[in-house]
Order: sequence, then C-alpha cells, then structure tokens
Amino acid sequence: MLRICCLLLCMLLPCNSFAESTASNPELTSAISKLPKNSLRELPKLIETIEATESPKIKTILTSLLNGDLYYIRANKQVVRVVKNTEGLYDQWHILTDEQYPAVTKSKLKKIRTNNSIRGQIKSVLALLDLSHKDPSVRLEAVKRILDNPDKESTARLKKRLAKESDEAVTQTIQVAISVAALKFGSLEEQIAAVSVLAESLEPAANNVLSRTKESLTEKTAELAEGETLSAQEKTLQTAVNKALDKIEQKRDIYSFAENLFFGISLGSVLLLAAIGLAITFGVMGVINMAHGEMMMLGAYTTYVIQQMFPELINYSLFMAIPAAFLVSGLVGILIERGVIRYLKGRPLETLLATFGISLILQQLVRTIFSPLNRQVQAPDWMSGSLEINPIFSLTYNRLYIIIFSLAVFFALMLILKKTPLGLHVRAVAQNREMARALSIKSDWVDAITFGLGSGIAGIAGVVLSQLTNVGPNLGQSYIIDSFLVVVFGGVGNLWGTLVAAMSLGSMNKFLEPLTGSVLANIIVLVGLVLFIQKRPKGLFPQKGRSAD
Amino acid sequence: MIATTGTTTPPKQGSPILAEENINPDTRHGVILYVEDVSVSFDGFKALNDLNLYINDGELRCLIGANGAGKTTLMDVITGKTRPDVGKVSFGQQVDLLSLSEAEIARAGIGRKFQKPTVFENLTVFENLELSLAGDKGIITSLFHKLSSEQKDRIAEILKTIGLTPQEKQLAGALSHGQKQWLEIGMLLAAQPRLLLVDEPVAGMTAQETERTAELLTSLAGEHSVVVVEHDMAFVRSIARKVTVLHQGSVLAEGSMSEIQSNPDVIQVYLGEEQG
Amino acid sequence: MTTSTQSIFSFLPPSLQSLATKMTSLHFVVTTLFVATLYVSFCNLVFEPGSALHVSTYTVTLLGKYLCYALLALSVDLVWGYCGILSLGHGAFFALGGYAMGMYLMRQIGDRGVYGNPELPDFMVFLNWDSLPWYWAGSDSFIWMAVMVVLIPGLLAYVFGSMAFKSRVSGVYLSIMTQAMTYALLLAFFRNEMGFGGNNGLTDFKDILGFSLQSDTTRIVLFIITAVMLAIGYAISHYIVKSKMGRVVTAIRDSESRVRFVGYKPENYKVWIFVVSGVLAGIAGALYVPQVGIINPGEFSPLNSIEMVIWVAIGGRGTLYGAIIGALVVSYAKTRFTAIMPEAWLFALGGLFVLVTLFLPKGLAGLAPQLIAKFKRSDSAKAADTADTKSEVKS
Repeated sequence: MLRICCLLLCMLLPCNSFAESTASNPELTSAISKLPKNSLRELPKLIETIEATESPKIKTILTSLLNGDLYYIRANKQVVRVVKNTEGLYDQWHILTDEQYPAVTKSKLKKIRTNNSIRGQIKSVLALLDLSHKDPSVRLEAVKRILDNPDKESTARLKKRLAKESDEAVTQTIQVAISVAALKFGSLEEQIAAVSVLAESLEPAANNVLSRTKESLTEKTAELAEGETLSAQEKTLQTAVNKALDKIEQKRDIYSFAENLFFGISLGSVLLLAAIGLAITFGVMGVINMAHGEMMMLGAYTTYVIQQMFPELINYSLFMAIPAAFLVSGLVGILIERGVIRYLKGRPLETLLATFGISLILQQLVRTIFSPLNRQVQAPDWMSGSLEINPIFSLTYNRLYIIIFSLAVFFALMLILKKTPLGLHVRAVAQNREMARALSIKSDWVDAITFGLGSGIAGIAGVVLSQLTNVGPNLGQSYIIDSFLVVVFGGVGNLWGTLVAAMSLGSMNKFLEPLTGSVLANIIVLVGLVLFIQKRPKGLFPQKGRSAD
Repeated sequence: MIATTGTTTPPKQGSPILAEENINPDTRHGVILYVEDVSVSFDGFKALNDLNLYINDGELRCLIGANGAGKTTLMDVITGKTRPDVGKVSFGQQVDLLSLSEAEIARAGIGRKFQKPTVFENLTVFENLELSLAGDKGIITSLFHKLSSEQKDRIAEILKTIGLTPQEKQLAGALSHGQKQWLEIGMLLAAQPRLLLVDEPVAGMTAQETERTAELLTSLAGEHSVVVVEHDMAFVRSIARKVTVLHQGSVLAEGSMSEIQSNPDVIQVYLGEEQG
Repeated sequence: MTTSTQSIFSFLPPSLQSLATKMTSLHFVVTTLFVATLYVSFCNLVFEPGSALHVSTYTVTLLGKYLCYALLALSVDLVWGYCGILSLGHGAFFALGGYAMGMYLMRQIGDRGVYGNPELPDFMVFLNWDSLPWYWAGSDSFIWMAVMVVLIPGLLAYVFGSMAFKSRVSGVYLSIMTQAMTYALLLAFFRNEMGFGGNNGLTDFKDILGFSLQSDTTRIVLFIITAVMLAIGYAISHYIVKSKMGRVVTAIRDSESRVRFVGYKPENYKVWIFVVSGVLAGIAGALYVPQVGIINPGEFSPLNSIEMVIWVAIGGRGTLYGAIIGALVVSYAKTRFTAIMPEAWLFALGGLFVLVTLFLPKGLAGLAPQLIAKFKRSDSAKAADTADTKSEVKS
C-alpha cells in the first residue's frame, strides 16, 4: 500500500506548480506554517483545516506526515519533506514549492510528530480523498480503509459517492461500509436493515461489528431487571444478528476448507515435482537414487547462480533457470549413471548406498563452493501478490503458478513417455531388457537418458523449491523420504498413481496441520504412510501380472 | 480352518516360535491332492481355467503341455505362491491348502523342485540338506538345534543317492548346473514330503543323469506321490504311468502314455506339433 | 582357512601353534578385547600423566565410545550381513536405548539442576510442568531403566518388524521405511511436548548409581563394562550365526521364497533377528550416553543410521569381526579427519560409500584373502616374467 502511495505521489508531483499552490491557497500556506509550532493536541484540528483547503497538495503533505517524512528546518521553521540519501544525509524539498534544498545532517531538522490516533485520522482523510480517484481499484482500497471504523462524516461522503459509483465491487463494499456505520450508530430499524446487508458480506469488518452488536445485546439482556424483556424490535435484531453470524460462519468454513485444499494441492504439486523424477528412475528403471534430493538442490543453486549473473533480469531469470537447471541436474545424473550406477545393476541395496555417498559428496561440494549458509533466491514481481476471490479467500500467485507448472511438467513427461520414440524405448527397456536389446535398442544409452531425464526433472523441482524456501545444502535431503513415499504410495511404475499420491498426501498434511501443528501433522502422515505400505506394499495402484512378482 | 472329521491325528495349532504345526492329510479315499474348479487370471489372461485334477496317494503323474498351458501356475497354486481367483485345493480330504501359507504347506508335506534350480548358494551342500530335513522348523528349535546321529546318517545317505558326497563341504553356489539339480532333488528327499512337485527335473542333465533321475523318481512313487512337469518326451515316456495334458489352463486329456498319444485332441494341439 | 592360520602362526612354538589353530574368531575377538581393555585401564590408572605409557582419560572415553559403535555395528551386521535386511534406521534403536539411560541419569541429578527441583528435570521446570509425565515413572530406578533399555528398542523392533516382514516388505522398500521410522522419531523427539527435552535432549548428567561421571575411575569402569558388553554381544551374535538359525537366516538372505518352500517361516526369523539386533543397538546406546554425557534427537537423524551401515560395509558385512573393525576404523578416521580438516570428512565418507560398494563389496575383512590371493598370483606372474626376460636376454 505504501508503495502505491509513493507511486501516486510521483505521478502527482510534476503537475503541481509552485505558483498555483501558493497563490490559490493562502489557507494552506498559513496552516502549513503553523505545523512546526503545533502541539499534538492541536494537530487534529490543523489536519482538518488542511483537508478543508481541498488543494491537490494535501495528499503529499498528509502522506509524508503519515510516513514520518515531514520535518521542519530548525533555523527558519520551513516545512520540508525529506528522504535519507545513501551518504546518510537528508535530501529535502519544500513541502509546498517542491524546491530542493541542499542535503543536511539530521541535527538541522526536527520531525513533526504524530501519534496513533492522528495517524488513524490521516488514514481516513487520505481514504476519503481516494474515494473519487479514477481507478476503481484505488477507490476499493479507499473504501476498505474506511470499512473498519466508519464515522458519520465518512459515511455521509460514502453515501454521496454511492450515487455516482459505477463499479460493482466498489458499490458493494460501500454498501457494507454504510451498513457497518448504520449498525453502529443507526436507529433500530436502520440496524435491522443493515444486518441483512452485512450477512451477505465476508469482510472481516462485517463479522466484527455483528459480533459486537451481539455482545452488547447480550449485555443488555443481562442488565435487565426481573420481569423486563427486550423490546420486540430488539428481539428481531438479535435473531437477525445471530442468523447473519451463522451464515457468515458457514461461508467461512467453506472457504477455509477451500483454502486448506488449495494449500494442500500446492504442497502436493511440490511433492509431485519432487517425486516424478524419482518415479522415473525408481519406477521405470528400478534404480533407487538417494542423491535425488541433491539433484533438486543443484537445480535450486542453478537458479541462484543465474540470478547472480543477471541481477537486472530478475523477472525473467526463472525462464532461464528452468532449462539451465534441467541441463545441470540432468548432466550430473547422466554422469552418476555412467560412473557408478551402471556397475551396480541388479544390486539395489548397493545402489542405494553408493548414491547416498554421492549425495553426501554433492552436499559438501555445495557447502565448499557456496558456503554452508542459506542463500536467498529472489522472487520475480509477477510471482508475488495474490488473486483475491473474496475478502477471506485469496490464492497467492506463486502457489498458483507452481500448481500449474508442476501439472504442465507432469503432462509433458507423460507425453514424452507415451508418444515419443524415446518413451517407447524407455518403456521397452523397463519391461524386458534382454528383449529390448535383441531388438537393437541400446539399453545402456536408454538407461543413461532415462536417468538424466529423471534427474533433470528433479532440477526443475529445485527451481520451484527455490521460490518457496531458502536455498541451502540440505534443501534436497528433507525431500527424499517424502518423494520416495509418494512414489511407493502411488504404486511403483505408475505415474498417475504418483500424481494422486502427491496430491492426497499434500492435502492430508494441510488438513491435519491446523488440528495438530505442522510437525505432528508431518509425523502422522509419515506413520500413516508406513502403515499403509505395510498393508499394501504395492501401493494404491499396483501393477498386476506374472511379471510383477 | 481344518476339519477334524475322524482323522487319526488331530492337527494342533502351535505358536510360531515354540512348536510346530502338525498337519496330516487324510487320504482314506486314496486321493492325496484335490484341485477343483480352479481359475487364475493375470490382467485378463486366464492362466488356469476351471481346472480339475486329482492325484492319488502314491501315484507318479506326469504333467505335459505347451508353454503357457498353466503347468507352473498350477504348481504355484498348490504350493501357495499364487492364490486362485476361484476354486478349491485340498491336501488329502481335509487340509485346505488355500488357507495355508507357503511354509505351512511345505510343512504339511508338499515339496517342490523349481524349474530353475534354486539352492542356497552361500551354504554348503551339507547345510542345504540339513535345512531341508523334516522336523520342527521353529526359531527356538533352530537356535538350539544339534544334529542327531540318525539325521547325519540320513544326510549321508541322501548325499550318496544324489552323488554329491565329495562335494559335501563345498558351497552350493560353486556346483555345476546339473549338480544343483541333484542337490535340489536331495533337498526334496530330505524333507520327506508326502507329495513331490517336480518341475523339469532333467533340464541340463546328461543322458546318464537323466536315466538316474528317472530311476529315482520311479522308486519314490508308492511311498510318496510324485507330480512331474517335463518337456522331454522321452523322459516322460520312460517314467510315466499316467499322464495329464494341460492346454490353455485346463485339462485336455488324461490317461496312459499310449492313450494320450492316440488322443486326437492331444495330437492336434501338442504332440502333433512336436511330431510334425 | 586352517592352513592360512597355521602358516600365520608358524613362528610360535608348536604348543601355542596348536592352540592358535584351534582358536575361532570368537576366542580371538574376546581375547583381543580383554587384553586391550586390561592394557588401557592399567596404563590409565598406574602410570602418571606425562609418562610415555600413560593413557589419558580422554582417550579412554574415546575408546569407550568406539566400543559402543562397535556393538552397534555388530547389530547392524547381524541383520544386514546375515539376513540381508538393510536397516537405515538402526540409529532409532540406539537413540531409544540412549534416551532410556539418559532419563535415569537426568533423575540422578536430583536438586542439583539450575532450578533445584528435586523431582523434575530442568527442562520440565522450564516448560512449567508440575509433575513427571507417566512414562517417566520409575525413571529413578536403575534396574527399571536397564529393563527399558532392552525393552523399548526390542518392542519397537518387534512391532515394526512384524508389520513389515509379515506383509513381505523387503529390499529397498524396507530400507526406506526404516529410514522413515527414524525420521518420524527425529521429528517427534524434537518436540518439547514429547517430554524428552526437545531440541537440547538430555544432558548435564552428574552421577551414575551414585558415582560421579566426571571421575576417572567411573570412566574406566564404564569403559570396561562396555568392553564386556561388546564381548557378550559378540558371543551371542556368534552363537546365533553359527547355529542352525544362523544358517536359516543366511538362506533367507539368499533366497527367501525358497526358504518358505522348505517349510520355514522367514518372517518369524526376520522379526526375531531384527529384535535381537534392535536390543543390541539399544544397549550400545545406553552405554554410549553416560560416556559422552548427552543424548539429543540428532541421534535419530537418518545420516547417523546410514553411517552405521558404512561401518559394516567397510569392515565387511557377513563377518562379525569385520563389523567391529569397520566401526573402529571409520570412527577413528572420523575423529582424525574432523580434527584436521572438518570439511573433508563428508567428502571422505561419501567417497567411501561409492568406493566400497564399487570395489570392495566384501569390505576390509574380505580384502585380506583377496590380497593374499592376488599377491600369490602376481608372485607367480612375476616369476614367469623374470623367466621370460631371462630367456629374452639369453636370446
């Protein structure tokens, strides 16, 4: 929000000339000149005076005051807006003329002090100013700022605005704000009418004011003497309030379910990305790669390196990082396959140990090169923010993109395996190595490529993880057990099973979390999985047939 | 689980570590193995299709059939490795094999020799036989087990029968293919089962060894019941009294070798192919 | 085997020679342990510090730690080397044994803790608990906790083992499940609510059975007890391995389904060998804690468990003495490495995993016979070579 204000500030500045503001607004000039001498007690009044001038400068002044950027020069009591520069000095501009003065040290300046209630006042003044802004989203923001604490003054202005308002969302929110005010200050009839509007709103303010009304009615009942009852209208209000609260509560339950589901699926997509690489190397090749987590770690570090190389291209670096991470992890995977795993064919436990050794080496390598400390990977702008469905339910963009992306990777992989000659070879080797070789498929080559593919996808998963957590040498370690369990849970060799398993595990985790806390949720899911695997060692969707034994 | 109708030795249930379950088949009707209406399918492919087979006590039976006729699957069903979709398999009249585990079936007295010789490669020939000896197979017994002199004599006798006395102390993994075949037969003998299932016993044997195997199997019949699966028709001819032909998961024909050879169905689907 | 032993001992007088050839690996290990323990204790107690023969108490404790690792390695070898069950979660049994001992030691602190509460350990006072949780009941009795040291790991091994082996989970699946087991325990023990000191674990121990843990004598005694337990553990394992049960277990490792068709129930054998192994690991943990003075959830970390596996892999799985050699060699290497260049240790450990699995599948214990065989071969080859060159020179 602050950023928006500053942005607006910059946009507004050029069009305000010195002549206009001083000439047309003597009241403003005098009000400003009073600022340095003012005490906190008189400040609210002064702010009202400033507001009453209706000058376009008000916004700059009040925003600076709100942010604590408004100072006066001790020597001549001139009011200035200041910004601390890189040398530790203060750049200053005259608040009305925007004339820049030479930068000074802090001792030459004195800050114009505010307190909490004054800041509240400024906020509502600013909000009212924004009410007539031409951008509907700014207007909506403005109404929302008023929503929590509307007074009679702002309600009157809101009503005025409502007549002119064309945007639907803004209209609705204004109505809610007016109703909040009505419930607070209005007559019983107005209150009853307001409740029916508020019942439809999911704004936290609506819920708050309704519960407060409920409490005050309960108190009133308690204070009544024996034999006395609430008036009929009060009773109507009480039932209406109770009903409205129930209705809101119900909606909130639905949305909190939806929110858990969203978090669950987004965790599931991360698990899916982490697990499908493993599903290929383990499910298709039968090779358990304990260094799989480290392939993800390499992917995450690749993202970090690319951001370091092109710091000015943060917004595009992910698009470079995805193929780069795929290549880096994929190549390392092929190296591991050629260098170690192929000599351990048919000895799964030895493969497990050797790849574990490789994972230790890779971790230490990264520690030596990048230091053992976590590295921060920046998120591009388009990943931040969220898609607001309603006031209590919004989908953050980064999670949304991750869900879409991991599904895209999943289906791309399905396509590769089902529709390309490479996929055909991979499946042929997986089913019957000897036979495939007899058909002059180079099984060694297919193994290396399959392993590279699985590792490369792990690298891509690393890129995604870098957007969610810090990048460190232990990044992958925590995912290897989870991904393995996902693969086994879904049924080895069955990519669809992996998808279902990842999504259901993610959701289970997120639904348990509010009840038990995240650590316990983790433990419960883990133990549940272990029990499940013991009951059905072949997973949710086992492969049947004679060859399965 | 086990009907105790008039059996002379009622089966007793034992704890898994302390004692041995002792299950004896009731063969008063002269039949030791009942396989009735058994079907097994893998992903839509019917490996066994409504199969019926009865093996008499003391009989030597040969099972023949083309690849995929269901011979090995039948063995798997009898020994508990594969569970049929439908049907009934019982050992004697009363022992329902479908409710027993592989180990329990083996203890009840059904021994099996696999198509591919499987011996315990990291144990010596002697130890392989020792493990196979009939007797209590619980943990506590194993922990404090000492071979009695009768058992040692028995092992020596078997070693002589299978011709591996000089290799007694050798690791089984170091044996030749044919020797492994013999060792596995020896292991079967050591277990003293009532019913032996023998899957392709002479694969990889010399003509001389084949002859000896034929002799051995024939001599076993009578005291034991023997079911032999074999591709080598000459071998089958040399030992068979009664032959069962399997085709596409069910019994195509049953009878003496000469009856089978003159059966038009059989000629068409199996022998015919081989001769033509 | 016998011939090589004979040749090795050929320098001994005939009477000793015959004794030496009769010695089994059991006698050899127990004797070596006995002599080494006697020597270390003697040198620690008799010679003054500064004397060339003095063994410092620090060294004694370090050696005691190594012996605990050796016992732990033995337990891993029993299931992995002989039964083919690769457990990546043996650290869990070790840590549980350690926690049981730690609980007793915690209660021995009494009112000497920071908060001076005679009943509650410090961390419970810190969490504002007003009484001991039920599972701490009896933790002030050494006998009871000694029973727990055996019982808890044994019970976990039994429950986990029966579920896993009865449903025929094996191979890599089982390994990952054991890893998940120890990982879940790691997470659980990190929680303060578990009542085991959370992140910090149990530490600041003072006494054991009334003897100060800081005194040299206590440390020597603990060292000797560890050596004795290792010897007993070795003897038990040796007996099991050499019994018919051992042969059944080996047979299970090679071909589980075949064992089933011979009439044994492999799952029962696996469960019980797993239980024995879990108990040995628990005892190792219980001996470890008073010597190092701390137990925390870190002991549950999957990395720890996998390090145990590498001890056995390097020493030589399927030979009991190999496991012990592996534990001692790798632990010593770790101590040296982490002191000189801590960075290199993980490189070395990782490298060891790869190299051992690729080039040394039988470990150090398998290396000696291999080398001897090679040496003989190259000797004869050299002889042939020299003969060749001679003939060349002549021509």
